[in-house]
Amino acid sequence: MAYNLKQIVAEKPSRFTAGHRMCAGCGAPVVGRMVLRALKPEDHAVIACATGCMEVSTFIYPYTSWTDSFIHTAFECAGATESGVEAAYVSLKKQGKLPQDKDTKFIAFGGDGGTYDIGLQSLSGAMERGHDMVYVCYDNGAYMNTGIQRSSATPKYADTTTSPAGTKIPGKMQSRKDLAKIMVGHHIPYVAQTAAISNFKDLYEKSEKAIYTKGAAFLNVLAPCPRGWGYATDELMTINKLAVETCYWPLYEVIDGRYVINYKPKNKLPIEEFLKPQKRFKHMFKPGNEWMIEDFQKEVDARWEELLYLEEATNKN
Amino acid sequence: MSIRERLSGNEAVATAMKQINPDVVAAFPITPSTEIPQYFSTFVSNGTVDTEFVAVESEHSAMSACIGAEAAGARAMTATSANGLSLMWEMIYIASSLRLPIVLSLVNRAVSGPLNIHNDHSDAMGVRDSGWIMLFSENNQEAYDNTLMAHRIAEHKDVLLPLMVCQDGFITSHSIENIELVEDDKVKEFVGTYKPEHYLLNANEPMAVGPLDLQAYLFEHKYQQAEAMRKAKDVILEVSKDFEKLTGRKYELFESYMLDDAEIAIVCMNSTAGTTKAVVNDLRKKGVKAGLLKIRVYRPFPGEEIAKALSGLKAVAVLDKADSLNAIGGALFGDVTSCMYTQKQNVPIVNYIYGIGGRDTKTSDIESVFTDLETIVKTGNIDNPYRYLGLRKEN
Repeated sequence: MAYNLKQIVAEKPSRFTAGHRMCAGCGAPVVGRMVLRALKPEDHAVIACATGCMEVSTFIYPYTSWTDSFIHTAFECAGATESGVEAAYVSLKKQGKLPQDKDTKFIAFGGDGGTYDIGLQSLSGAMERGHDMVYVCYDNGAYMNTGIQRSSATPKYADTTTSPAGTKIPGKMQSRKDLAKIMVGHHIPYVAQTAAISNFKDLYEKSEKAIYTKGAAFLNVLAPCPRGWGYATDELMTINKLAVETCYWPLYEVIDGRYVINYKPKNKLPIEEFLKPQKRFKHMFKPGNEWMIEDFQKEVDARWEELLYLEEATNKN
Repeated sequence: MSIRERLSGNEAVATAMKQINPDVVAAFPITPSTEIPQYFSTFVSNGTVDTEFVAVESEHSAMSACIGAEAAGARAMTATSANGLSLMWEMIYIASSLRLPIVLSLVNRAVSGPLNIHNDHSDAMGVRDSGWIMLFSENNQEAYDNTLMAHRIAEHKDVLLPLMVCQDGFITSHSIENIELVEDDKVKEFVGTYKPEHYLLNANEPMAVGPLDLQAYLFEHKYQQAEAMRKAKDVILEVSKDFEKLTGRKYELFESYMLDDAEIAIVCMNSTAGTTKAVVNDLRKKGVKAGLLKIRVYRPFPGEEIAKALSGLKAVAVLDKADSLNAIGGALFGDVTSCMYTQKQNVPIVNYIYGIGGRDTKTSDIESVFTDLETIVKTGNIDNPYRYLGLRKEN
């Protein structure tokens, strides 16, 4: 059946309800809601969430925005926590202690802080052990919940509160980690990188595949942050689009080790188009700092070329 | 008929776990508790149990997975020691605050640093106020028995707190002793099935666990935890009575050994109680009125009962197998003395830090403590109450 957003929205009410306290213009709730829409209506889900914006804004006692079961324990262990929930499900189902005709799916959410950094070990363990779950990283490229500190997902030269663009050091001096590739290295059946663009087709379809692929799956989803990135709240979808059109955030999936690039822009936009609307890169546009934009472009190009190569190399047979 | 066996402390706990047949075990190896998940893995591999074994990549993840599993509606167990418990520390508090009756076997070992793999109680003392029920075990039999009683206590509706069963690393975990096991079917009946009221996997009643809990509610939630700990005392006694009916083995909050008519006594936990009993027996033959108070239930701390039991004594020594590095004495000493004070029992009490990092505690060491107590009784002088036992003074 062809993807039809209107029909999906009509037939699948949001499982992530209004009333949460995420900021206007934040990418994360958009991602969360769409991922959950990929669940079959008849399936129950247990959501685990790392400490971060998404947790502290959606489950403030005694209110919750989650209509499925939900568990938060700490910052670094959404992967391990959900492992335990999934292991309980396998055990109880096997013993006949749960209804045999009802399926439960397991989805963990973490920001880049809780996923790339402090939660990497817990995530790696959960993926390696092959629990039947999806880990969704909503990547906003810094520790936004604590006030925009740099993470290993923060792009080079970005101005953050622990990598401030100063007179001697112009922002974060290191390249960002490639988490999707680290997950590919776990040889799990499904890894994808996606973003909430245009009619959400890419995000929805990848979520559906990830949830209904048996075994461990990982989604890395771009989740722009108006406070940390410095854009107007109504520009969220534009920023997402520019990230994809400049190849800063390529849309691809890796199915059983085979790379598939889901979108190759006909006219790859220069990286300035993505950088310019964001205050965190403002210093890169000062006279004399052209080298920073050139360097950034080089890195984007090299990563895109590598991805094209990987697609070719893994599809030879 | 009970089964006579010869098992190490670790084997005894693994055997209890096999008989309990928990739904999930998540564990990571660390000396001296490693054997517990090892033995248990073979039960899983051979289909002896229904358990899902989650071979996690760290102790932090072990406790996180136990929390996830228990919240999901499963009975979850784990085992660890020393630094493993240190790494779990964040999740230890979260487990108790979420009111999840997880059971942990803690094989006591010195916490780093420097690195040492041998027994003391510094690991347990680091989590003594984390909201876990803590049972201590003198020998393999007690480690086994406490484990069999653990779920009944932890899962009781008035309690709903996690529980750890402690035993001394190597001293009991690796020593083979005679043990009486309970038959599998009787264990199954005694422990019962776990029927949580609310759980994540109940699709008919989705629930959310682990909120952001701010000024308006956290205080009341912490009070509820404290209330549960206070109520746990009666539940422990009730379960222990049922266990006595099943096995004939009597357990209380603490064991009073030759204490009724004693003039001097030692308060201690775990295997040192065995050494102390031997010394008390010898001293009694010589006409010395020595006794022992062995702590079984350390949390909840039975302060009133202990103060009452020690009230008639002329001098008491509290033995701490962990130094608190606070310049006033060990943790058990602090607990005992504060209860004596609030119960208006003015008995001279001294503290000995001993057995750190696996330093042997011999009967001669325990004898020297009783000799010191006799001197205190004679002279009325305590000088320094914060003392060391078995410490080399010269380098």
